Amino acid sequence: MPARGLGRHAFMSIVKAAVAVFCLVLLGLFLVLLVGSWPSLRHFGLRFLWTSRWDPVANVFGGLPFIYGTVVSSLIALLLAAWVGILSALFLAEFAPRQLSGLLGILIELLAAVPSVVFGLWGLFVLAPVVQNVIGPALQAVFGFLPFFQGVIYGVNMLTASLILTLMIVPTVMSISRDLVAGVPGRYREATLALGSTRWEAVRYVVLPMVKPGVFGACMLALGRALGETIATTMVIGNRPSISASLFAPGYTIASAIANEFTEATSNLYISALIELGLLLLVISILINAAGRLFLARISREGGPA
Amino acid sequence: MSGAALSFANRRKFSNYAWVGLSASLSVGIAAILLLIVLYVVISGIGAVNWAFLTQVPHPVGVPGGGVGNGILGSTIIIGIATLFALPVGLLTGIYLTLFAPRPLADVLRFAADVLASVPSIAIGLFAYEVLVAPFHHFSALSASFAFSVLMMPLIIRTTESAIRLVPIDMREAAVALGATELQTLFRCILVAARPGIMTGLILAVARVTGETAPLLFTAFGSQFWVVNPNQPMAELSLQIFTYAISPYKIWHDQAWGGALLLILAVLALSLTARLLFRGKTTASL
Amino acid sequence: MSIAPSIRMKIMTETGATTAAPVGVSVRSLNFFYGPNQALRNVSVDFRAKEATALIGPSGCGKSTLLRVLNRMYDLYPGQRAEGQVWIDGRDILAAGVDATGLRRHVGMVFQKPTPFPKSIYENVAFGIRLHEKLPRATLDERVQWALTRAALWDEVKDRLSASALGLSGGQQQRLCIARSIAVRPEVILLDEPTSALDPISTLKIEELIDELKEDFTIVIVTHNMQQAARCADRVAFFYLGELVEFATAEDLFTRPREKRTQEYVTGRFS
Repeated sequence: MPARGLGRHAFMSIVKAAVAVFCLVLLGLFLVLLVGSWPSLRHFGLRFLWTSRWDPVANVFGGLPFIYGTVVSSLIALLLAAWVGILSALFLAEFAPRQLSGLLGILIELLAAVPSVVFGLWGLFVLAPVVQNVIGPALQAVFGFLPFFQGVIYGVNMLTASLILTLMIVPTVMSISRDLVAGVPGRYREATLALGSTRWEAVRYVVLPMVKPGVFGACMLALGRALGETIATTMVIGNRPSISASLFAPGYTIASAIANEFTEATSNLYISALIELGLLLLVISILINAAGRLFLARISREGGPA
Repeated sequence: MSGAALSFANRRKFSNYAWVGLSASLSVGIAAILLLIVLYVVISGIGAVNWAFLTQVPHPVGVPGGGVGNGILGSTIIIGIATLFALPVGLLTGIYLTLFAPRPLADVLRFAADVLASVPSIAIGLFAYEVLVAPFHHFSALSASFAFSVLMMPLIIRTTESAIRLVPIDMREAAVALGATELQTLFRCILVAARPGIMTGLILAVARVTGETAPLLFTAFGSQFWVVNPNQPMAELSLQIFTYAISPYKIWHDQAWGGALLLILAVLALSLTARLLFRGKTTASL
Repeated sequence: MSIAPSIRMKIMTETGATTAAPVGVSVRSLNFFYGPNQALRNVSVDFRAKEATALIGPSGCGKSTLLRVLNRMYDLYPGQRAEGQVWIDGRDILAAGVDATGLRRHVGMVFQKPTPFPKSIYENVAFGIRLHEKLPRATLDERVQWALTRAALWDEVKDRLSASALGLSGGQQQRLCIARSIAVRPEVILLDEPTSALDPISTLKIEELIDELKEDFTIVIVTHNMQQAARCADRVAFFYLGELVEFATAEDLFTRPREKRTQEYVTGRFS
């Protein structure tokens, strides 16, 4: 070994260089997207957020259809995934025999590892026809009086996109919620059961409320994942920039718009408008994720009542 | 007990069974969907996978045969270069924030890693495009590698941190007590003990970008040929699947399923390896 | 042994007076298994109604296990099973087809560490009542007040019933848990080392409370503290290695133990 002080000095320099590169990447990301979207920001201002004319020929860009499609598809997915994810978390943590719980847990978590292009492929060729021919007509027959379930049923539409997104984010909700629920000390379950509660009542009214902020945080992280999902959504949402109340109609999301149109965008303003969409997505995702982490941190810091 | 009270008790019992039953069927259902997807991909893709599929470049529309050989090569090159860049930056940043950074700076770095982890991959693709494609007026594998490395960094940082934190403090103290310098303790003790955790993080990061497609659309862009020069547009497996899937040709759809089979096997193998390597720790929340 | 004279008197008079007391819980030939390990061996014992019985013995002797059989809490854990009979209210609660949920309404339990739910003080007490009965608000209020009063907590919390139960002190939380248990009006109350996490003053309050509660309930208390058993129990059961070694009035067991093992334990020769 060379002189010890010198070795440490050299090592720390390398380490600090790495940290600097990391910081530069993060700052660069914001800065580059901000600069890239500047022409569009200046030209359209806030109008960009609530006008829906997206016309590359006339060089007029309003992002509302994409924002609408992103928010609606993600919220529907979250609504479904929260139910499915929390209930399966409760089953795995509270009701299932140990080995079954382990097996189901691994399978559900592996769902998170399936590449989004595979979800998209499966969604396009397997789920979309099922939505068009089975799920859609069934929903229309029962809930046809609601505006969400009216009109022509497409295969690639908001509903298919929401269902695919649901599958993609259920593992996030399930796995975090399961760990939180499993972390609640056993004596709270017993204390509730000792009052004559059923197992469901103990879980629903005592155990789950104890980790509510954390479960909420898990849902936020899942929402963040759904908002930013690109390829799977692009393949199954239909990519039509119009706002329709019906979930059976095609829609468009921010991420899909960028994916489809960025390499074809010709004018500078067009490119800039797409980058502004990207910046918007980035800001929303970061805020949602930060909120989710905040809720989770609250739970782990308090650790529940001792 | 009165009749009314009895029926109330029965209702509670029924609701207990109903909710437990619902939760059981939902978890079994979701797990079954994973198996269904994997099974469907295997059945639809197995016919397309043969030696030619693995070793040839795509044929033009209408010409039967062809493969994704260049895509597999491209994925390997792009992810390889991304790892070469992300690993040192992520690992060293993780080490710094865990062991050397003063408290407020460590919190800031941890927060920064979380922020970067929550950026949608498509936005990172735009970043890579603006930095490495637009100025040079051509798509390149290098820009894709850069985008991927940005996706990998936060994962590597956070897993490095938790792996190092899992090393018992007495082990460190024992090394120091033997007269080891700070760096010797780091390299011969802490990092050795933390290696499985760090490897897990790295494998998860590789799995993550292997399944990633969005940033490639305007960085690697894709190619019909064998390309090894990272400064040129390059084919990539998941990108090929995407292109084939949204094409109108049945023959390409078959190729997409074949590609999906390769991809899902690769990603599931990586995830399971990571899981085995780092048993007992939940990896899905990373 | 240092038993306060007044309490000693009480034990003597009460045990003298209640020899004919009805049996609240009757355990017959009970064996209990954690997987392959047997934790209770052929235990038979009667817990009399409106008396407090203490279960003592070194850790691992099976005293807590017995308690958890009495309200079938072991049902929660696969691999644990009980053989034998436990009669409460003319029913063998270990028999097939007995509804553990219904049973637990009649057999309340208080745990080693306080288990306040993250709800208000009022909601904590009302929670158990609401599980079983739909009461009009006024009746519910009355029942909550009754339970808190019986648990000697009412005066301390009557002005902040809607405050979080987590803000109470440890001793208050434990009395809240007792109030929560008696609010569903059980016949039997099981206490599993209820004071081991409390300071001496809180412990004293709980002991006084137990003394009052046995007017209405059959009380079984597990404790590792022999003074506590002497202070608040009428009868004491000494367990060793899963066997019931000796069962007698508190006075007899502590002053005139019949078994050598009991004698060694109560004189502190092993623990």
